[in-house]
Amino acid sequence: MAQDAVTEAPEQGDGVRRRDFINIAAVSAAGVGAAGVLVPLISQMSPSADVLAESTTEVDIGAIKPGQAIKAMFRKQPVFIRNLTAKEQADAQAVATASLRDPQSLEDRTKPGKANWLITMGVCTHLGCVPLGSAEGEPKGEFGGYFCPCHGSQYDTAGRIRKGPAPKNLEVPEYTFTSDTVVKIG
Amino acid sequence: MSFPWANEYQPQHPLMQWLDAKLPLPRLVYNAIGAGYPVPRNLNYFWNFGVLAGVCLVIQILTGVILAMHYAGNADLAFNSTEHIMRDVNWGWMLRYMHSNGASAFFVVVYIHIFRGFFYGSYKAPREMIWLLGVVIFLLMMATAFMGYVLPWGQMSFWGAQVITGLFSAIPLVGDALHTWLLGGFAPDNAALNRFFSLHFLLPFVILGVVILHIWALHIPGSSNPTGVEVKSESDTVPFHPYYTAKDGWGLGAFLLIYCAVVFFAPNALGHPDNYIPANPMQTPAHIVPEWYFWPFYAILRAFTQNFPLLGIPAKLLGVMGMFSAILVWFFLPWLDRSPVRSGHFRPTFRKFYWLLVIDVAVLGYCGGSPAEEPFVIISQIAAIYYFLHFLVVLPIVSSIEQPEPLPFSITEAVLGSDQAASLAPAE
Repeated sequence: MAQDAVTEAPEQGDGVRRRDFINIAAVSAAGVGAAGVLVPLISQMSPSADVLAESTTEVDIGAIKPGQAIKAMFRKQPVFIRNLTAKEQADAQAVATASLRDPQSLEDRTKPGKANWLITMGVCTHLGCVPLGSAEGEPKGEFGGYFCPCHGSQYDTAGRIRKGPAPKNLEVPEYTFTSDTVVKIG
Repeated sequence: MSFPWANEYQPQHPLMQWLDAKLPLPRLVYNAIGAGYPVPRNLNYFWNFGVLAGVCLVIQILTGVILAMHYAGNADLAFNSTEHIMRDVNWGWMLRYMHSNGASAFFVVVYIHIFRGFFYGSYKAPREMIWLLGVVIFLLMMATAFMGYVLPWGQMSFWGAQVITGLFSAIPLVGDALHTWLLGGFAPDNAALNRFFSLHFLLPFVILGVVILHIWALHIPGSSNPTGVEVKSESDTVPFHPYYTAKDGWGLGAFLLIYCAVVFFAPNALGHPDNYIPANPMQTPAHIVPEWYFWPFYAILRAFTQNFPLLGIPAKLLGVMGMFSAILVWFFLPWLDRSPVRSGHFRPTFRKFYWLLVIDVAVLGYCGGSPAEEPFVIISQIAAIYYFLHFLVVLPIVSSIEQPEPLPFSITEAVLGSDQAASLAPAE
């Protein structure tokens, strides 16, 4: 009861008591502190320094003949490096770009003068499976590119999504040709 | 709360009297699952499955804590430590088979428990909160089972983790960042495995907590029963102990017989051989499937193959939303089915649609376990549409136009054919 006496003690003209100020200040300070503690608790989940450090991969592509492909590894994920045949390039160029789900031409997805080298992540843009079609004898789907066995997404010879649930074309990672036969990914 | 005629806990031994005065834990147990809890006298065997689910949770926690003593949650060691449990640890093979098949048993029991609720209208007032907590338990079970399946770090573990965490990348704007944050990398690896192990250990205890809330909420109105008619008098009930402890004990024996038959004679029947191949980030298995208990929801995920025409929502996001909505719709069930009659026994139209839903979910399950090709895609699409129609259209319409069959006056009348109180009560 003594406490009630204190809290109901002298009011200022506007009805705000000193105790109100102390309450708000104390709860606010505690709230800011609690929110600050959340930062490390949430941030620790993000990729650690050693995971981020796996930055680039160099691949020798000299032995890949037209029509063949290899799987390289970049950031612990597969990368498809494919030497397109003339027919595969023509098939990709024959499609009206505007009609595609993710409109991109073969030229947008390859380096100038190197339109036969299709370099994409081997990660389906639907839910991350590795599509089939890079190795000899694997199904390439209706469009001759890649076929994802998980949920049936089909990619064409430019690695573009043509059918199935995937929303985007196979991602083209950053890469440069350091010579005619070596490509540096990342 | 309980009925006024509930037996009162009266400890005889001085030690128990002393304990009751200081910490009335025996009293709590007596009133929850002892002679102090009056239960409708007409419960059938479908009412065994709540207790069986509790037993499954206990089996999973016991075997799981033991497995964690021998398992190494590291991407380089996880697969080999699992094989170490299978080959070298004393009785390790049995404990692991109990745990992996225990998950399947848990889901079998819980699915029957849920479909019991669907049929008998257990979700209706005044039991909505029990239902809502049950859906929360089911969601927690799904998360726990998924993370547990990742731990052996076989091919299906790895690619299951890749696909399921990939669901989050469908979220607009923040999806990719969220995906990387959840995994602690760009693909499942040591960071992801380690945190899944930590959470797989934690979540069962969270489930245990929600189970206690589920039972607490149950004891406020008391158990439902197959007629759906509420308890009116003492003659409608019997004490939980010894009547239902005995009946549940019998059911438990039958359950353990089947469970042990699977554990000892077909321990890999429900698993996938690909998970005995170590995880390989460069090679997706030809036919990637989740465990059987996720198949119906997996089929709904895969049913969306086209972008939404007008709004341009990508098919991937639609699939994810569809899959989660398939469970979230259960949260609204108490308000979608507005029929005042609870039990399907007295609802002739509802009953037909109920069995159609059972068949529909079975078809979805079959399609979810099959490859992503025709005719399974089109069948899953039709079945997924019906699934949502059932909850969002059929139930509200049926509950408003259906003419239910006459209900018994009381549980006693339903059981004995007559109830003396019926002749005394004014006509309703």
